[in-house]
Amino acid sequence: MIPAKFDYKLATSAEEAVSLLGEYGDEAKILAGGHSLLPLMKLRLANPEVIIDIGAIQDLSFIEERGDHISVGALTRHRLVEQSDALKEHLPLLAHTAGHVGDPQVRNRGTIGGSLCHGDPASDLPAVVLATRATLVISGPNGERKVEADDFFTEFWETAVAEDELLTEIQFPKQTGQQWSFQKFNRRAQDWAIVGCAVQHGGTPGIGMINMGTTPVRAAAAEAALKSGATNEEVAVLADDGLSPPSDIHGEQDYRRHLSQVLLGRALANT
Amino acid sequence: MTFPITITVNGKSHEMEVDPRTLLVHFLREECQLTGTHVGCDTSNCGACTVLLNGEAVKSCTVLAVQANDQEVQTVEGLASPDGPYTPIQEGFRQEHGLQCGYCTSGMLMAGTALLKEIESPTEEEIREHLEGNLCRCTGYEMIVRSIQWAAEHPDGIPVKIGEES
Amino acid sequence: MSLVGARVIRKEDPNLISGRGQFVDDVKIAGTAHMVFVRSIEAHARIKDIDVSAALECEGVIGVWTATNLELGPLPGVPGLERPALAKDKVRFVGEAVAVVVAENRYAAADGAELVLVDYEPLGVVTNIGDAIAENAPLLYEAVGSNTVMEVPSPDDHQQIIDEAPHSVSMHIVNNRCAPSPMEPMVCLADHGPSGLTLWASFQAPHHLRNTVSSWLGIAQDQCRVITPDVGGGFGAKVNFTPELFIAPTLSKLLGRPIKYTQTRSECMTQMYHGRAQEQDVDIAFDDEGKILALRVMVYQDQGGYADPTGMGLPALTTTMAAGCYLIPNVSVAWKNVVTNTTPVAAYRGAGRPEASYLIERAVDQIAYTLGIDPVEVRRRNYIATENFPYATHSEIAVYDSGNFAGCMNELLNIMDYDAIRTEQEGNRDDPTKPLLGVGFASWLEIAGFGPPGSLEGFGHLGSWESVQVRIQPDGSAIIYTGASPHGQGTVTTFAQIASDYLGIEFDKISVRHGDTATIPQGIGTLGSRAVAVGGEGVKTASMKIVERAKKVAAHLLEANPDDLIVEQGNFSVKGTPSQTVSWGEVAWTSFRPLEIPEDVEPGSLDTTVLQQVPNFSFPSGAYGCVVEIDKDTGDTRVRDMYLVDDCGTVISPMLAEGQVHGGVAQGIAQALYEEVKYDKNGQPTTGTFVDYLIPAAPELPSFTSGRICTPTPNNTLGAKGIGESGSVGAPPAVINAVVDALRHLDVTHVDMPATPQKIWRILQGDKK
Repeated sequence: MIPAKFDYKLATSAEEAVSLLGEYGDEAKILAGGHSLLPLMKLRLANPEVIIDIGAIQDLSFIEERGDHISVGALTRHRLVEQSDALKEHLPLLAHTAGHVGDPQVRNRGTIGGSLCHGDPASDLPAVVLATRATLVISGPNGERKVEADDFFTEFWETAVAEDELLTEIQFPKQTGQQWSFQKFNRRAQDWAIVGCAVQHGGTPGIGMINMGTTPVRAAAAEAALKSGATNEEVAVLADDGLSPPSDIHGEQDYRRHLSQVLLGRALANT
Repeated sequence: MTFPITITVNGKSHEMEVDPRTLLVHFLREECQLTGTHVGCDTSNCGACTVLLNGEAVKSCTVLAVQANDQEVQTVEGLASPDGPYTPIQEGFRQEHGLQCGYCTSGMLMAGTALLKEIESPTEEEIREHLEGNLCRCTGYEMIVRSIQWAAEHPDGIPVKIGEES
Repeated sequence: MSLVGARVIRKEDPNLISGRGQFVDDVKIAGTAHMVFVRSIEAHARIKDIDVSAALECEGVIGVWTATNLELGPLPGVPGLERPALAKDKVRFVGEAVAVVVAENRYAAADGAELVLVDYEPLGVVTNIGDAIAENAPLLYEAVGSNTVMEVPSPDDHQQIIDEAPHSVSMHIVNNRCAPSPMEPMVCLADHGPSGLTLWASFQAPHHLRNTVSSWLGIAQDQCRVITPDVGGGFGAKVNFTPELFIAPTLSKLLGRPIKYTQTRSECMTQMYHGRAQEQDVDIAFDDEGKILALRVMVYQDQGGYADPTGMGLPALTTTMAAGCYLIPNVSVAWKNVVTNTTPVAAYRGAGRPEASYLIERAVDQIAYTLGIDPVEVRRRNYIATENFPYATHSEIAVYDSGNFAGCMNELLNIMDYDAIRTEQEGNRDDPTKPLLGVGFASWLEIAGFGPPGSLEGFGHLGSWESVQVRIQPDGSAIIYTGASPHGQGTVTTFAQIASDYLGIEFDKISVRHGDTATIPQGIGTLGSRAVAVGGEGVKTASMKIVERAKKVAAHLLEANPDDLIVEQGNFSVKGTPSQTVSWGEVAWTSFRPLEIPEDVEPGSLDTTVLQQVPNFSFPSGAYGCVVEIDKDTGDTRVRDMYLVDDCGTVISPMLAEGQVHGGVAQGIAQALYEEVKYDKNGQPTTGTFVDYLIPAAPELPSFTSGRICTPTPNNTLGAKGIGESGSVGAPPAVINAVVDALRHLDVTHVDMPATPQKIWRILQGDKK
């Protein structure tokens, strides 16, 4: 219930946060909304020596339409994403999915960047980032760099964001004319998905899977089939092709494989 | 180390130095002596600690007090003034038996308050969905749903005299 | 107007809805230090060494104690199987307390606990009954020589009757282990000064705790005050003597400071005793018409790592109620209590009776299935008829008081459209767009009103009565003091309703106080659905005594005969002469003025205490109907409709009674579909937080349709039977019978709880049971 002691640094700009990261290195953790990090700290599964609070950096909370894409600031809370008119119009998959993260209280605090940087394969938003082939903007000591969605989620709870870097922005291509569906299977509404998927198709198909591997993953085989014009049924059975979902108390691997096919089938039927 | 913060709680400013790891719920309960906000779990599941932060429902066990610096918090103690009247949501819980042991109640009241700010007349389904992050072990939720419906139907309260209905 | 039976708004609510309740952690005393336990990470191990040096260095830490430097006797428990206050040579379940850290505040105490290093030598682990009773299983208690710590055989197994019956069915039934999980975990605060001990605790039975703690500490009961203020739910799990209740007072005395312990939820999941955790072998024999000829039940009760007296008694309750509401000529019961390397098991809402109703209601459904008779019809053919009461069962403990089982079922079929559901079920089965539908019934019966002499003494209580003191104040208001300390039941309201009726004092002028051994005469506690059936009867008894005395004073003031007086709405008046009246206030005031009362009336006589006894248990019953929907693709199973007919005899407060049923039903649905405490093979809990232990929230539960019939109990004059545990007794079999019903076309005969989507999916895949 009680986090271990830490030094607290309040960053007032992205630059300052990066500079603090440079100073404290792997001893430090970035605190955004805190809804991935604080639960771990309270159970003492994470014990950072330094917390760099970026919550006050107003510049990092925004939703902006920029030509063919929409940029979302890393500190934008799920609630704002869910309610954004621009996203509802141009990226309904993202807005809709943000409305299914955790519960209302979690959505009022949690941020899109925090959720993505946690790199949790059970989280909802990474699947959207993968399905839409978003680009992630990362600030570091040497300035900004961009990482494609496919290169962002590297290992279990690990992302391409290095110890001295900060995710600042996510650039989502607009879903113009594309159809989409988000499917989440869980026992309780507040729970993480046992399996889920975020799907868009119409132009370049994208299928992001939830809880189907050690990282957030795309259903590449299913995407390829979809692109080549296979029927929904033919695509759905490929949902877990090449993937290695976990077995845990909420679902064994074979059940997750099955669920992924059912959910992808439903998603395609909805699109 | 400590960190100086100023948090306005129920309209009153609280200025103090806190250990930065202090959870908002402990700040409220220990430093502000507002014990109406409860702790029911340590994994952000139960919602007993729900308060309004700048008007939005949050789980105060998953917010550091330093994160609420220079912001406004409303707790259950801030719903009605001591001499009343109760807010419609409080009155609704009384009228429709929305509480038994009362431990989850503050969180339910605050979550319900946030809901009614957003949706004036929520359906049963909307109420249930909105309460997905609040656990109650006593009521089975139906009477909590009815309580919030009562509040929606009685925006001005309208207390019924005790024992009058039978 | 009678308030018994009226819909009243609770007296408890104003504080609780305005944040002014007082739970133990809300109590602040200057100088309080905080206590945190170091808990075993091993399920079964020898403790080789505990290194507390780093913890002692930790800022804010006052001290660290282990069994070595804090020598404490074992906790009250079962002889030979007692739990040590702090584990000494060996730990027997994950979470067992091995050391305790006291610090200036809860943050420092948590820091200190992290720094205590314990060196364990792991031993073989048994996490379930099967492994525990296997040959050569690792033994939890070497001195006992077996993990079976108690065995009660049956004098006659009725094998011949079963063999010769036209039909019989055998079932192995698992009643899944549940964590009671009141929203407030255990919290206690001990202030043990030179003048004695005050112990605040989140507990269901303050006097029971006072008696036990004072005797354990060796202090006189007059110097030991236990306060149970607002208690955030109990569900049976807050009557167990867990270590903190003894260690906090001990350390408070040692340190000369108040000591507070606030359990975290993660701790609560392994510390607060679990419930159910039973396996049963059931054989039921029946004729061609579905009439039951014999029932044989063998119960295996998992006790966890330490045997609790209540835990040891659970199978007695299960076997007592095993025949349910059916007339069964031959019943054979036996049981074994088995220890395992898991959290101890004791009472959880229903305590042994949900396990009984589940087994008999599952078995009766199997009869229906075997013979192709409707499950409602099979039940009707076997009910004990209304003219059979009182009905002596196979058990010496249970003589059913009253009931109308067929009436409950009739009412249930009035509030649910059974035919329409069956039609819908047929239509859905082959429609790929529709879920599978199942409808299930439970005609449940339980034993409640724990009050007859001897019923609680075996569980360590002082008696089985309940205390009620009625004390009239000089202004004519009344305070009721009771030992039936509630934790959500609404006793402050229901007792005031009863008192108002029998004292003739307005509801608003009656307060009910509880939860403090310094002010409440004596008491037993709120458990076993007894508060109204025993304590409520006590309110009536005491109120009537008071009125009899008050009438003497009133008669004196009115110059009338006491026998000619009636009292209502706060006034005494002469029958037939309503103008001749005196207020309760005047009567009360006068009763304290020796010069103004008759000579045969003692000053201050409007104050009386009763220890209410009842001659027999009560037996609440009901009929529940459940409709489930099963997603054919995912196996996801949801309760769509729940129809609830209860018969708890006289209802004091209909809205509160409905609330009790809803809460119990929610816990019952949760047990049937969502909740199960699980361990891995090493005894590590895999459902140790609310992330993994799935207590349903509002979206997961349906709304309920209620009906009621009323068959008063003859065992108290109110006629009230108790309602607190009904829902948790009736709901699990109704839900699982519905789940099995939905899968009947696949020849499925049983699904163990919880019916998770994965389990159902495997069945739909052809992995039938």
